[in-house]
Amino acid sequence: MAKKKDSIVMHEQDLQQVSAQQRVMRVLVKSFTYLFLGVMALIVLFPFYWMIISSLKSLDEYRFNVPTLWPQKIIWANYAKAFDTADLGQLFMNTAYVGIVSTLLSLVITVLSAFAFARLEFKGKDMMFGALLATMMIPGELFTITNYATVNDFGWMKSFTVLIVPFLVSVFYIYLLRQNFLQIPNELYLAAKVDGCGDLKYLWKVMVPLAMPTLISITILKMMGAWNSYVWPRLVANDDAHRLITNGLRNAFTTTTGDVDYPVQMAAVAIVSAPLFLVFLFLRKYIMQGVSRSGIKG
Amino acid sequence: MVDSKHQWKAWLYLSPAIVLLLIFTVWPIINTVRIAFMEGYNALGVLTGQQFNIGIGNFVNVLKYGDFLTCLKNTMLLTVLTVPLSTILALLIAVALNSIKPLQKFLQTIFFLPYVTNSIAIGMVFAAMFNIIGLSPDGARAESWGIINNVIMFFGGEPVNWINAQSSYEANIAVMTIYIIWNALPFKILILLGGLQSINKQYYDAARVDGTPRWRVLTKITVPLLSPMLAYVIITGFIGGFKEYSSIVGIFGEKMGPVGDAGSLNTMVGYIYEVLPDMNYGDASAAALILFGIILVVTMINLQVSKKRVHF
Repeated sequence: MAKKKDSIVMHEQDLQQVSAQQRVMRVLVKSFTYLFLGVMALIVLFPFYWMIISSLKSLDEYRFNVPTLWPQKIIWANYAKAFDTADLGQLFMNTAYVGIVSTLLSLVITVLSAFAFARLEFKGKDMMFGALLATMMIPGELFTITNYATVNDFGWMKSFTVLIVPFLVSVFYIYLLRQNFLQIPNELYLAAKVDGCGDLKYLWKVMVPLAMPTLISITILKMMGAWNSYVWPRLVANDDAHRLITNGLRNAFTTTTGDVDYPVQMAAVAIVSAPLFLVFLFLRKYIMQGVSRSGIKG
Repeated sequence: MVDSKHQWKAWLYLSPAIVLLLIFTVWPIINTVRIAFMEGYNALGVLTGQQFNIGIGNFVNVLKYGDFLTCLKNTMLLTVLTVPLSTILALLIAVALNSIKPLQKFLQTIFFLPYVTNSIAIGMVFAAMFNIIGLSPDGARAESWGIINNVIMFFGGEPVNWINAQSSYEANIAVMTIYIIWNALPFKILILLGGLQSINKQYYDAARVDGTPRWRVLTKITVPLLSPMLAYVIITGFIGGFKEYSSIVGIFGEKMGPVGDAGSLNTMVGYIYEVLPDMNYGDASAAALILFGIILVVTMINLQVSKKRVHF
């Protein structure tokens, strides 16, 4: 009897030892995980840190043999200089105008098309929808060449129209919103019909409010698109009156290497990056939702 | 519900989208294929009523032209380097993020930050980090080696001429690889973490009961169950890689190369945009079709591989 008790006690000791070992192991793995994530997070954040501290240094301090990790004297004037050098005020206005107009028009077109595909019945609907989805697989560069010739023929070069119109329809946004509309029960639509509610009124009063999260995601992605677009504007509207922010930034600071006025350049970069960060701070949920379903950058 | 009134209405609602798509999507597809096969097609020739022969002359032209091959090589090299590296790194970060509770949301937000940046603007920051100020002609002395070189020297390494005049091609590619990976991580982490969070916890409980080692859990449970998401980020990674352009403009400027070596880092998309303003539409169209062909083939191969490897 006593022997049996002993063996049980011993067994418990074994178990305790094993679990103690496991606990140590678990703590080790946990700390390693946090260490890894911490180091990676620092690497990810470093360029932002470098941008901000560089933008506040004097040019002399920036040229120090061993770079300082915090400005000895904070020079706010770099920001004013950056704003003037790149004419950022004008660029902001141009970009905001293009972004807002193209987002509004794009939303109207997307809502109407998604409604037709989700709620109305017409001949060739499925074929039409399939054809639309197929165009998503073709890289945009293939369209650019002919579109460049087309807008040239239309006489749209160097105008806001050329920055807005060619990109108003996004098949992906139509697809996204249609999926959202399909989740709204058809009975609501039929009930509204019986009550004598017209299509457009129903769309505006019922469907649009219910699909608000998707519409917000689309709005943000579209605005970010205007903010970040570079290639097309550079081709078709790279003049002072219509230039967008990214092109303006690149044009104002053409040299990236050698002995350039980096503090001012970094201040300009910080000003251009700030609005995106603010939007992200407040609307993180919508951006991450939209992005995880789209896989497109801006 | 099918009645004539609805039919008419549906087409009315769709009309703005259809008109715009016909002009800016459908016509370009037809036209680009058409002019790719019209030898020497250019805007000036069209105005003067020039006749163009039908043939593959544009393709031969593009492929014979040395610059395009440089662009093709750069694009391929950057894609092959960045897609596997960024996918593996994103997978490790996503798995690590998924295994922690405190700080998870906070770290997740940090890792997503590079996504909400402008690739031209932050490219300029990377250029500043790798730049050397006042490099002596023999490359031995400099006024300031830049922050990256200072870190390397702190750990006892030799400073490298990364992106300045006379920098080596390998150094340039290394900088581009680092920047592209930094840029590609947020999207991949977001998708993979989303996938990880939807994996049924029971698999891991079973593994724990069996005392399965962590490495085996990762390779035998996590990766197979995550394979649809992995296939997705790899395919979109390849497509994005073949369209690489603006990140290079961010670091090297529109010259697409270090000072004195313009165009040495140009890519296929860069090539297309370079020939466009010359109204040389024939060559540009041929180059765009080649790019489309490559993307199509690579995507097909990816899908074929994932058909065998992906467990749904």
